[in-house]
Amino acid sequence: MSVAFDEMTNADGSIRAAYTTLARWLKDVPPDVLDYRRKEAEFIFRRIGITFAVYGDSDAQERLIPFDIIPRILTNGEWGRLSKGLEQRTKALNLYIKDVYSKRDILRAGIVPEDLVYQNPVFRPEMNGQKVPHDLYVHIAGIDVVRVDSETFYVLEDNARTPSGVSYMLENREIMMRLFPELFAENRVAPVENYTDELLATLKSLAPTTATSDPVVVVLTPGIFNSAYYEHSFLADKLGVELVEGRDLFVRNDVVYMRTTEGPRRVDVIYRRLDDDFLDPLAFRPDSSLGVPGLMSAYNAGNVTLTNAVGTGVADDKAVYSYMPEIIRFYLGEEPLLKNVPTWRCREADHLSYVLDHLNELVVKEVHGSGGYGMLIGPRADKAQIELFRAKLKQDPTNFIAQPTLALSTCPTFVEEGIAPRHVDLRPFVLTGSDRTRIVPGGLTRVALQEGSLVVNSSQGGGTKDTWVLEES
Amino acid sequence: MLSRTADNLYWLARYMERADCLARILDVTQRLAQLPAAYGGSTNEWRSALLTAGCAELFKQVHGDDATEQNVISFLAFAPENPSSIRNCFEIARTNARSVRTALTIEMWETINSAWLELKRYSTKSMTREELARFLSFVKETSLRFDGAAYRTMLRNDAFWFSRVGMYVERADNTARILDVKYHVLLPDSEHVGGPLDYFQWTSILRSVSALTSFHWVYRESVKPWLVADLLILNAQMPRSLTSCYQNITRYLDDIAAYYGRQGSAQRLARSTLTRLGNSRIDDVFQTGLHEYIDDFVVENNRLGSTVAEQYLL
Repeated sequence: MSVAFDEMTNADGSIRAAYTTLARWLKDVPPDVLDYRRKEAEFIFRRIGITFAVYGDSDAQERLIPFDIIPRILTNGEWGRLSKGLEQRTKALNLYIKDVYSKRDILRAGIVPEDLVYQNPVFRPEMNGQKVPHDLYVHIAGIDVVRVDSETFYVLEDNARTPSGVSYMLENREIMMRLFPELFAENRVAPVENYTDELLATLKSLAPTTATSDPVVVVLTPGIFNSAYYEHSFLADKLGVELVEGRDLFVRNDVVYMRTTEGPRRVDVIYRRLDDDFLDPLAFRPDSSLGVPGLMSAYNAGNVTLTNAVGTGVADDKAVYSYMPEIIRFYLGEEPLLKNVPTWRCREADHLSYVLDHLNELVVKEVHGSGGYGMLIGPRADKAQIELFRAKLKQDPTNFIAQPTLALSTCPTFVEEGIAPRHVDLRPFVLTGSDRTRIVPGGLTRVALQEGSLVVNSSQGGGTKDTWVLEES
Repeated sequence: MLSRTADNLYWLARYMERADCLARILDVTQRLAQLPAAYGGSTNEWRSALLTAGCAELFKQVHGDDATEQNVISFLAFAPENPSSIRNCFEIARTNARSVRTALTIEMWETINSAWLELKRYSTKSMTREELARFLSFVKETSLRFDGAAYRTMLRNDAFWFSRVGMYVERADNTARILDVKYHVLLPDSEHVGGPLDYFQWTSILRSVSALTSFHWVYRESVKPWLVADLLILNAQMPRSLTSCYQNITRYLDDIAAYYGRQGSAQRLARSTLTRLGNSRIDDVFQTGLHEYIDDFVVENNRLGSTVAEQYLL
């Protein structure tokens, strides 16, 4: 693999502009001070209970995501280009989903193959011809991007269902400001703490027309055993709205109410952190005890807004991903501002044969996979793993896509041996309201703590960093 | 406020209070068990600790009649099969706290969470007397910190009031139980009332509710059963007395009612219990029977608990 682009240090050893003060500081600060601050950060995280659960690991009911104390830095110019691209992409995602559930122009134009929609397990026939408030579907998007050189960002994945991680973006900044006030004095870092205000404004703007001028917003969580429960309660707290479980809500005459100590109270906007499948046992999985019976009929009657809308999964699997450049051109008549990673769709015969011939160079992913599970990283795999995937591919090619292994950029990271480069990605959060689009400058930087590793997922030992966007000074 | 949130806050406070009460029971029991038999020390103490804690039946299912010091301590403090062991109280309190993180202040959450983390350091098997003492003071300190954190940092709204109501309903229940069990189980028939055995047992009751010094301040005479009962049932100065608990319950239920603009059966029930306490004289209580009086109270107190639940928490 080629040498990765390092975001702090150029190949000739010089320091990139954004990192000037940080590099100087890192050079001067004694390692034991860094170590001490790292432990302090961990202690704070543990005490306030910022944990996540890993499914299928009983010892890890509540685990901390490792936090790296060295920030990742973007310049204002870099961020400006990135955020324009994110806005464009989210706009196209919304238009695509609306089209898929109404006129289907894009299918008729032959740009996206029909079976990719109709055969898709997350396609929701219930949403056909269904009007949603303000014609918007993806109100909160997490678009994963990676960087390969000083100019180029690639979108790695669109998360259009219930993307998580924003609480880490906010808590990481909080901790950094507590531990390293001197760094913030020297760098003009754009704030992110207004995210929850922006989120609340977005959610309120999406209220159905039947709501009062001050709509009631709630966050719907599957409960304390969900891996992202901490985030759900964190967000409800910062939004100043109720954190509800399914059993706290009920539907009467197609209106959603919550049970309160003062009797039933009408609910207008539900920021749900529950998958489609579990939302309403009458409409979807009948065995779901997490949802609210009748919720879909209230939704269909236009009496409640669900964010994100039901059925957005049709836009974010990895097969649809490969069509995103065409989707952007089709709806917006613009060239995509952010690149897509070149993708081979194994469903197409010529792509499949190329992939089978180059398994040792490619990353193969399941179309509906997430969390870094069920993927093959060709250059790192042994023979047995490659043969296993060869068999899987032949058996069910439509279930897979393949991409070249990208040389993800690296950032200086504080690890056992000291400060060393580690691969990172970035998940910015895009909020789409009926009034406008809002993106706070930054996002969640995830870092693969193992040397050389490209897997940044927290369920597989990835960590996080604070992400700085520098204002012009 | 969500009914479930109110319910969680109410039970969170109850379990924190219960853990504190259990720690006090164990503390006093150990103290009494060390006394020579002539002064009231006997192995019987450990059995009575189970009765006071209301766990005698369950203990029997697990350990039979084997109420040894080791068994009782581990059952009341750590046993997973005892739903009201101190460990379980903390576990349940923390689970409740996690579900209502948004309704707690950071100080309250940190108290519960760090207690829960700390709890893992104590194991039941190899605990010396000294370690047990440390453990018990850790439990009592946790309750104090939690209570103090709630009092100092919570907004004075329904979240605060529901958790206070929970705390005082639990506290009233605990005080009533402690009184009842000591009076009826401990005193052997042959023992002369007012003898040394009696004296130490009544003193132990006062110790278990941290009221020995208060007793001397209030009555300025030696410990007598009816005065202990007066202090713990009727004396409004005593923060654990039934009267004091019901003054608080009534007050916080009234705060809730005023906030919501509606009185209900919980308020009426609390007021009538408080009135009954106010009209009682300790002589009459002893004449009709302390046990009967307390029994009636425990039933009333439970009824209040379910009325609050029906009115607000379901």
